[in-house]
Amino acid sequence: MSTLRSSPASSALDLAAIRQDFPFFETGIAYLDSANTAQRPRRVLDAMEGYFTQYNSNIHRAVYRTSMQATEHYDATRRKVREFINAKSVKEIVFTKNITEAINLVAYSWGRQNIREGDLIVLTVMEHHSNIVPWQILAQEKGARVAYVDIDDQGELRLDQFHELLEQEPRLVAFAHVSNTLGTITPCRELTAAAHAAGAVVLIDGAQGVQHVGVDVQEIGCDFYGFTGHKVLGPTGSGVLYARRELLEAMPPFLAGGDMIRAVFLDHTEYAGLPEKFEAGTPAIAEVIGLGAALDYLQDVGMDAIRAHELELTEYTLEALSEIDGLRVFGPPAPRRSGVVAFDIEGIHPHDIATILDRHDVCIRAGHNCAMPLMHRLGVAATARASFFLYNTKEEIDRLLVGLHDAKRIFR
Amino acid sequence: MTAVDDQFYREYILDHYKNPRNFGRLEGADVSHEEYNPLCGDLVGMDFRLQDGVIEDVRFHGRGCAISQASASLMTERLKGMRLEDARELSKDDVLDELGIEISPARLKCALLSLKVLKVGAYGLAGEEDDDE
Repeated sequence: MSTLRSSPASSALDLAAIRQDFPFFETGIAYLDSANTAQRPRRVLDAMEGYFTQYNSNIHRAVYRTSMQATEHYDATRRKVREFINAKSVKEIVFTKNITEAINLVAYSWGRQNIREGDLIVLTVMEHHSNIVPWQILAQEKGARVAYVDIDDQGELRLDQFHELLEQEPRLVAFAHVSNTLGTITPCRELTAAAHAAGAVVLIDGAQGVQHVGVDVQEIGCDFYGFTGHKVLGPTGSGVLYARRELLEAMPPFLAGGDMIRAVFLDHTEYAGLPEKFEAGTPAIAEVIGLGAALDYLQDVGMDAIRAHELELTEYTLEALSEIDGLRVFGPPAPRRSGVVAFDIEGIHPHDIATILDRHDVCIRAGHNCAMPLMHRLGVAATARASFFLYNTKEEIDRLLVGLHDAKRIFR
Repeated sequence: MTAVDDQFYREYILDHYKNPRNFGRLEGADVSHEEYNPLCGDLVGMDFRLQDGVIEDVRFHGRGCAISQASASLMTERLKGMRLEDARELSKDDVLDELGIEISPARLKCALLSLKVLKVGAYGLAGEEDDDE
């Protein structure tokens, strides 16, 4: 097979050791869908099991030892998140069930208080539905407008258009740190500074960014940043909203109930301080504890090494795919994209590609990637998408190539 | 290289995908209807011409994967000349039998998109659309 290359070990990471940490790989499956959900290291599973088996109790409520232990572990994750994204204070870290809930929290709480009739909300055409639909609903409710920054032919944001829209003084600018389809890495600091200069508040969807290219929210200067636990090696049901303290303090609660109060009377309620004001009800305790273990894992491996490894895999993949007739890759060149490669093949629908790859035990995503406006912009109904994380190998990409050649053979 | 067996993408499925039967629009159709598969954006539409309770002619249009398009192509062949009341009785098992391959749950909506067009569009049998899993 001409496209089957030798697979030298990556220079950036000790892959054999890393893969040992992920029980999933005992299945023998080539997993190239981490932009969808990541695999979990044993350390995350152990942390969750430790909670369930050794100190399973509710947090913030009881006075007995195991409850205090649970509270301590839960709050420890908050400190780990603060450190991981370099927030100023743990009070700026709110746990949610995922980034969808984080963005909805901002849209309902900050948005309802601050967006007025005629206001402009600026988004981009490459957003995930979770960073479009909440704003559309808010705009409808308030009579506000939504405008979208287009992409150029390389799949990068049209900065000229972005700056033009800023002249209309939007109230909010929201964009993805990394596109979940194109892999495009947004110049967050530059966009945030320009948006702030125009008087806008900035929200960044970090679902595909924090675990692949890392983030420093103080350096970027954004007002809101969200990410989702299950894409950063953590469990489903855990997510994070970072918000600057002044904003959080002024915002009304999102969900109301237990744990978010200081005192409740028959005619009024005094709310708890930050961040509890935004964490009503018993949270996903085990999942948040698991998320803490996931961030520890990423930090131990090192974000720079992870980025270098994913870049190497991406370059390897882009080069190999360029040799397949009729295959078209979407998005910018490797240095300006994360480990996400969306493509299509002339005459073969992405679902058929994914079905054939599945029969080769290779997992990729096929469909609109929850980014239908971007699909329309690209002029396609769907794409096939391979995405990488710290545990992926060139051997897995070689298996992707074998499967793609088989798809071409079947549909020739 | 290893190649998977072709039990799924059989020759006749690929043939119907590449050379769809009754493909295009029907001028002066009595009934026309389109449905999308929200998971992947696949589209199937059908135009029907009816005469004395019989489907005199039918054509389909659309875009999508081999399964959704082959399924629609196969269905038009079957529907042509069929009495309306018989077409109304077509079930998902009939469609799956005709495809003759094992469809995984994730691909069921692809296979049954054309049936949805028939049921919801041509017969207004709303409520059937969520009954396909």
